[in-house]
Amino acid sequence: MSEPEVGCARPTGAVVGQSPPKGGDQSKSTEKTTEETMVQVRVGGKAPDFQAPAYFKGKFTNVKLSDYLGKWVLVCFYPGDFTFV
Amino acid sequence: MSAVAGKFDELQKLGVEVMSISVDSTFVHKIWDEEELSKMTKDGIPWPMVADGSGAIGKVYGVYDENSGVNIRGRFIIDPDGVVQAMEVMTPPVGRKISETIRQVHAFQHVRKMKGTEACPAGWEPGKPTLKPGPDLVGKVWKVWKSDE
Repeated sequence: MSEPEVGCARPTGAVVGQSPPKGGDQSKSTEKTTEETMVQVRVGGKAPDFQAPAYFKGKFTNVKLSDYLGKWVLVCFYPGDFTFV
Repeated sequence: MSAVAGKFDELQKLGVEVMSISVDSTFVHKIWDEEELSKMTKDGIPWPMVADGSGAIGKVYGVYDENSGVNIRGRFIIDPDGVVQAMEVMTPPVGRKISETIRQVHAFQHVRKMKGTEACPAGWEPGKPTLKPGPDLVGKVWKVWKSDE
């Protein structure tokens, strides 16, 4: 939650605590390469790392999942703001 | 989200950090928090509301639905080593039950603390007996544990 600017939400292509795989530098690699090197989630495996813009208590900030290493984390995806469930 | 916010103090006591993710922008998150969620919970949403505009994060977590262009409901419990211990993925019309998530956190924290010497059987809640896997337990679970459902 430090850098002030981030382009858009993006998985790093690696799991938490690891550097992106070779060729996973998304600014240089083609989209195909990115998808091939992308880590998929599974229980018992390391969580796919990502960094993304976030709104947090009145401020715009960035979060990176691997910054949370050492803590328990609950990640909740949901379909959309202003929906009813 | 407001249901999770209502249990945020309890989650924090368990040392659990929370983040929520949808394809909405941070601007929309801000207005949703200010206009609605802050009226449903004490001080609004107390954790980072992540914007996953392209669904790129949702894709690697297996929750992005191409047809509707949104992340469906997916809940992941990640331990301090970064390992995904539990996931629950649901289609949009049915909501989660946060007390079940908290129960699972208690259980995963317990087995982690016991370093694999204990397991939490079906329906386990804090304070209830656990199982101690090993040769002596084989074929004898019926003696030490009964379903209460």
